[in-house]
Parts: sequence; structure tokens; C-alpha cells
Amino acid sequence: MSTRIFGSGIRRREDPRLITGQAKFSADIQLPETTFLVFVRSPHAHARILSVDCEAARAAPGVIRVLTGEDVQLSMPCAWLLPDSDLKTPEHPVLAKDRVRYVGDAVAAVIAETEGQAQDAAELVEVGYELLPAETNPESATTEGASELFDDVPKNVAFRWIAGSDEALVEQAFQDADVVVRERIVQQRLQPTAIEPRAAIAQWNSAAQEMTLWCTSQNPHIHRHVLGLVVGIPDHKLRVISTDVGGGFGSKIPVYADEALVCWASRELARPVKWVETRSENYLVTIHGRDHVEYVEMAATADGTAQAIRGRVYAAMGAYLSTAAPGIPTILHGLMYGGPYTIPLARCESIGVFTNTTPTDAYRGAGRPEATFLMERLMERLANQLGMDPSEIRRKNLIPPFQDGYSSAMGLTYDSGNYAENLDLALEKAAYGKMRASQQRARDEGKLVGIGVTTYNEICGLGPSQVAGAIGFQGGLWESAIVRISATCKVQVMIGTSPHGQGEETTFAQIVASEIGIPVDDIEIIHSDTDRTPMGWGTFGSRTTPVSGAALALATRKIKEKARLLAAHLLEAAADDIEYEDGKFFVKGAPEHHQTIQNLALMATLAWNLPDGMDPGMEASQFYDPPNFVFPFGTHIAQVEVDAETGEVTLQKYVAVDDCGPQINPLIVAGQVQGGVVQGIGQALWEGTVYDDSGQLLTGTLLDYAMPRADHFPYLELAHTETPSPHHPIGVKGVGETGTIASTVTVYNAVMDALRSLGIDQLEMPLSPARVWAAIEEARSGESA
Amino acid sequence: MEVSIEVNGKTYTKAVEPRTLLVHFLREDLGLTGTNIGCDTSQCGACTVHMDGRALKSCTCLAVQADGRSVTTIEGMAQQGLHPLQQAFWDKHGLQCGYCTPGMIMASAALLKNNPNPTEAEVRHGLEGNLCRCTGYQKIVEAILAAAEGGEE
Repeated sequence: MSTRIFGSGIRRREDPRLITGQAKFSADIQLPETTFLVFVRSPHAHARILSVDCEAARAAPGVIRVLTGEDVQLSMPCAWLLPDSDLKTPEHPVLAKDRVRYVGDAVAAVIAETEGQAQDAAELVEVGYELLPAETNPESATTEGASELFDDVPKNVAFRWIAGSDEALVEQAFQDADVVVRERIVQQRLQPTAIEPRAAIAQWNSAAQEMTLWCTSQNPHIHRHVLGLVVGIPDHKLRVISTDVGGGFGSKIPVYADEALVCWASRELARPVKWVETRSENYLVTIHGRDHVEYVEMAATADGTAQAIRGRVYAAMGAYLSTAAPGIPTILHGLMYGGPYTIPLARCESIGVFTNTTPTDAYRGAGRPEATFLMERLMERLANQLGMDPSEIRRKNLIPPFQDGYSSAMGLTYDSGNYAENLDLALEKAAYGKMRASQQRARDEGKLVGIGVTTYNEICGLGPSQVAGAIGFQGGLWESAIVRISATCKVQVMIGTSPHGQGEETTFAQIVASEIGIPVDDIEIIHSDTDRTPMGWGTFGSRTTPVSGAALALATRKIKEKARLLAAHLLEAAADDIEYEDGKFFVKGAPEHHQTIQNLALMATLAWNLPDGMDPGMEASQFYDPPNFVFPFGTHIAQVEVDAETGEVTLQKYVAVDDCGPQINPLIVAGQVQGGVVQGIGQALWEGTVYDDSGQLLTGTLLDYAMPRADHFPYLELAHTETPSPHHPIGVKGVGETGTIASTVTVYNAVMDALRSLGIDQLEMPLSPARVWAAIEEARSGESA
Repeated sequence: MEVSIEVNGKTYTKAVEPRTLLVHFLREDLGLTGTNIGCDTSQCGACTVHMDGRALKSCTCLAVQADGRSVTTIEGMAQQGLHPLQQAFWDKHGLQCGYCTPGMIMASAALLKNNPNPTEAEVRHGLEGNLCRCTGYQKIVEAILAAAEGGEE
């Protein structure tokens, strides 16, 4: 090809509307006759509802309706029914009936002519509560005497899931080990904080008996399906639109009770109903992430060869099971025990626990950052115990290069990897030897400087539908794409995934352009509207390009094949003699005898002269169910300095070398990595949800929840290796989550490296100045004592 | 109460409730939904606009306080073609979901007005009041530095 569009860092095609204020986010939708809904939410973490008095609210100006759990008998389903785990699925009512189970649980909803009137009236709803003891910690909530959230869920245990190698074999490996390293890890709870809070606007058309819902969804087709079931609207009468969504990070995957109520109310009132979440409300009711207490250990030989790993995870589910919650600390976490290392034995027990907290679910990385964290903590401990350099312990244990499959101890087949080459590039890029030398000089001057090195792989591109069924996911995980080419060779591509910042309006046009030579500007990617797009499962789990992109590449190849046959017919040549280059189909050896894709699109549409048996039109549809997951990998290196007087951690250097296979658009890949790295470092250094003992959320506003800011970071240095996935039509892996998966523990280990000389080898995250300073003070007072 | 506010060069006279915030006035009364709302405590900066030439988080200002003032929103930035910062955000991939972007562009326009040739550190410091969850800020910083080099303001 004369211009190589695949691999080119072209500007994004979604940007003009976003930089000029012309995007349409859900809250921007304004419809005539709209009513506004405001929730009355529980101020208590656990309480019986004694009474709900709505009289004053109903009489307030502008109020149209006040709804309680008596009026609305809907409940929300969980869609990841983990098998063989004794999973409990207690009822999750849309509006609480007799009991509230977390601060934010909805008790009533007020619908009024204006948002202000609805807010005023909501304050008039009087709810009588009888307080119950609250549980906020997933480990202690399972102990004897803990307060139970549900009458039929003993000790709050939602499920107990075990996977991996034979228990006795694992135990034997630990008995035989020269070295065992272990750690209790607290993966603190995090608040996803997409800058756009959620919103839902439903419009019922009573004549057609049809509903249109604009909502903040990463997967509008799943929203359509689940809300249709909950509210009672057939799929073909429910249209969900999520064209512009202001970030998700997992928090806009779940189908929420508030969205169901908005739909229900719009049908009930036969008027549009609009609900827009405030940030404080977002922090109370939009899902949180992480929140594990883990006990993990690794057995190794004296030369640093890891032999076995095992762990037990207490994972908070929050007060109810969110849509995908049970799958996160199990399938997406436990199955990555072992990571990129040749560890022959691995075993994970994961216990899901109800607590009186906001429900948890997928948050960027979803189970895999936690898996990488524990692997890298154990590797770090092993290196320290054996006096080995952190990079050497990893190199020693990395799986040797493989191009077509490696069977992990947890039963996964990694697709392809070249881990050591990637590590080498990262060490070179970071000038690791020099880093260690300068670290030594800094230490000699009394400075606390530390370096962290992480090698990781991850499972993404979810995934084969047969596997989805086997692991209890209540859906498929295939994707589909339609490529429709007009007479003038303008292309509409319809996909079932739902990009919301990842740039597929650009990269998917690049896929089509590179396959068939049509200019990018002639291609439109249509997504996130269930009436305009084919069924698809959505954008999450770094799956959009690996799965939806594969469907698109194959659909485009169908078009290309039809174009080739038509070209042969028009050129009066044998189909086998037709070659393709750069948008032109020509007779082998005679490029002057050619048909352009533009002319072929016209001729296919006119259908005046088609070969026998060829249908008119230039359109293709392709379903794609991936044969396996994809497994990106990489190496991240960080250097930090800790100020001993203030406890403040300064990030001095960060190098990320990732491998997501061939890059369609390096500019967009870099953006994904940078964003993910910063988000992951947020967990290491600043972010963390805090509940008090009564279950009050103390980090309930952006004033209290510490987000990464621009001046926290040095210039991040990026490089990449390129190992194609053997089973993917264009070889690509996913890149949406890699940064978050690797960066938390990289920075954490760097800080521990800095503090090691003081005898500090573990602290809970976030590594805030107060916490680090206190640990340094304690260590120093121990020294002087 | 009646207010008269010039927005993007056009004067609007409207009756508003005393509690109406400027951001709600822009979005709901004028339909200028380019200015986004990301929090309720004035931390995120998504709603940043200019009032009388200075950057302002429009959630911190009542509509009545803007009476008689001149406001510019993201919709008013592109005059003859894109504003240099809009162009730079596009060129440098300074946005992903784009929700914080209008506020980022308005804040950085004010930043460059006060300091036409900032260092990287000054840009990062200047963005303290604006949160982005997607980009990790690096390409936003690159965009602002590129706009500065391009002869902004």
C-alpha cells in the first residue's frame, strides 16, 4: 500500500464534536414535557425501615408522583452466576422494602416538574429507621457474631470459589520448599470516578408501546436486554442510546436499579423521566472496585525458582450482587495466579462477602491488577529474601518465548508471549543499571530512593462464549459487525460494542481502510444505539478491538472477496488471476486492467452486470466468537523518592513497555497506557474509599476522595514490543487495562524498596504522606530504642 | 429574578430562580450543554468557563452573580476555525472520553493568557483545578505546550 493506514497515529475522528461542545452526553438530552426524578436514599448503612411517610412530599409544589418499595415491585438480577460456588443471590429490590443495607440504598423516589422541585420534595419524605449493626470489612464480616445482611445468607458469604491445582500437590510443594514468602494484602476499595456521573432519560411512546432510553452505558445491548426483562419491555420495543459517554472504567457496565426505575416511571406517567446523578450520589451508589483482603504465599527453591502459589481472598460484594460482581475476584482474578511465570502449581480460594457498603463490580483491570499485585509482591519478597535483584528473579521465572499457546497452572492457554525480550527492552529503556547506581549514590547521601520492576501478563479480549457459559456469565461474549457500502463508496460500519473514549471511531475506520483501501474519511463507525447497531456485548475487559475489531476485519474481508469476484467478472478474467493492492483489483501482471473499489461498489449497487449467482449490493455482516482470550504483557519500571520528613512520595521516573500486538494507532495506544498508568498509581499513592465503623462513607465527595492530578507526575516514558496473537485475524491484543494492571504494584514496590533500609517492607495503600511518615517515625523510634 | 448575561457575544435576558447556578443557566436555560458537570464540590473543573475574560468554575457562581457580565463557553471558542487550543487538543490526542475537555480547554486558555510561554511544570501546576480520568494528563500537557508554541494569545 502507498499509505500504511494501519499503524498510523492519525488524529481521532470523534474529537471535533468533543472539543467544540457539540457532543451529546446523556444528561445533555432535553425533551419536551420532561419530568425529573430524585431519590430518597438511606442515610444509614444497615437498618430496618419502620415507616415511609410521603404525605408532605406528595403535597409539595410541582410533585407528580412519590414512589416507594410498596409501589414498585421490581428487583435487579445478577448476571454472573458463578457455578460450583454455592452462590447466594438474595433479592435486590429497586426500592428498598423492609430493610436498607448501605448508605445510599434507595427508599423512595420523587418525580416533579423541575429538578429543584423534586429535590425540595425529596427532603420532605420522612423515613423511620431502626438501626442495625453494620459490617464494612469483608474478612471480619464472615466471623462468628457478625451482623448478617440477609436472613438466608449465613455469615454473609455470597460464594466460595476454588480453582487451580490439586490441594495436596500444592501443600506438598510448600512442604518441600526451600523458601516460602507470604503476605496479607489489603486491596483497598476504590471509587471509579468517571468524570461524567451517570444519567438516564427515558421516553415512553404510548401509541407505539415503545421506550427510548438515553443512558450512560458501556454496553447498551446488555442494558436493553436486562432492563427489558426487569421492567417488562420486549427487546424490539426498547431502544437504548449511549452515543457519548464520559468515561466508564467498568462503572457503567452494570445495569442499575435507578435506570430500571426511570424506565418504569416513564411508562407509568407516559412522560419523559430524567435522572442525573450528582457526584456525591455517584460515590454512594455507582459501583466501587477492589476491596479484597488476601492471604497469599509462594513456595520456591533456594535458587529463586517459584514452585507453587496459593491464596485466599475475601472479596467484598457490597450490599447486593451487582451485574458482574461474582466474576471479578474469581474468574478475572484467581485464574491469573501465576502470571507470566513458569509456576507449575497454583490454587486460589475466593470468598465473596456481603458488607454494608456500596456494591462492587468491575473497575479498570477488574481482578487482574489485584492478581498482578500479589504476584509481584511475592516475587519482590522472594528477591529480597534471596538477595537477588528484582529484575533477575523475574527473568529467572518468566515463561520462555512461545508463539502459539502456553498452558498455565490455572488451566488457561496464554496465546503468545515474548516476556524476556520485553523485560530486556524495558531495562534498556530505563537504563536500569544507571538507575541502580544513582539510587546507591542517593542512599549514600541519606535519601530514600526506591525502584520497582514489574513483569505482568493479563487476560483480556473476553472471550469465547462457550467459556462464558461454563463460568456462569449469563450472556455470550462474541461480537458482530455490519459493513455497508453505498453506491458512492461511502461506508457505514455498525458495531455492537460501545466505545466511550477509546477511539474506535478512528481505529475501526483504520481497520476497514487498511483491508480494502477506502479512505478513512469515507468511513463512519456507528455504535451505541441498539436500534442502529447489531447485537453486541459491549466495551469492557479490553475486548473491543480484540473481539469487535476481529468481526469488523472479517466482515471487510467478505466485502473484499465479493469485490474480487465482481472485478474478475467485469475484467473478464479468472477470479484466481485477480490481485489486490491499495483499493484496486487488477489482472495479475497487468495493473492497467483494474477496477477500483469505488467502481465496484457502484457496479454492485446498480447490479446491471453481476456474475451468475451474485447478490446485488456491497454489504457484509459477520459474527465473531473468539477461539481464545488474548494475553497482552509488559514490563513497568518506576523510581520514587520518599521525603523522610513529610512522608511524601515523589514519582521521579516511570517507564512502561507494553506488548498489545500490532498497534492500529500508536497515538491512541499511548493514550490508553498513559491513562491506565496514572489511574493505577492513584491506587498506590492517593486513592482509597474510607467507611467509618457505622458504614458511613467518609470519602463521599471529590473533596475527600484523592484523585491523581496533573502535577503528580513526571513525563511517562513509553516503548513497546510487538507479539501478535496467533488466533486473531489482525493479531491485536487489548490495551485498555494494561496500565492499571501493572502500575499500582510497580510504584508500591518502588516505595517499599525506598523504605527497606528502615526495616519497612509493607504498608497499606494508599501510601499517603501521613501513613508513610508515621511508618518512618515508628521505624526510627524502634531504632533509637 | 431577571438577569441579563452576555454569552458568547449574544445577550440573553431571562427570569431565573435565585438558587440557579450559572452552569445550570447555561445548560438548561440556554441549551449550551458543552459545559459539563462532573462534581458538586467545585473540584473537577469540567464546568470551567470564562467570565469577563477570567476562568471560572461555573458551578461556583449563581446566575444572578453573572448579571451584566460577559461569559464565554466552549461553544464560543471556535471563531474563525478552531481555537489554537482546540486544534492542539485534537492534534496531540489531549482527550479520550472528552467530558473534562471543555473545562480543560477553557482553563488552559486562561492559563496561557496569564503565562503565554509556560514550562511543563507550570502547565501541570496550572491544571490542578481540573481533573481528567482518561488521559493521565500527559497528552493534555503536550497539547497546551504545543498551543503555546503555536503563538497562542
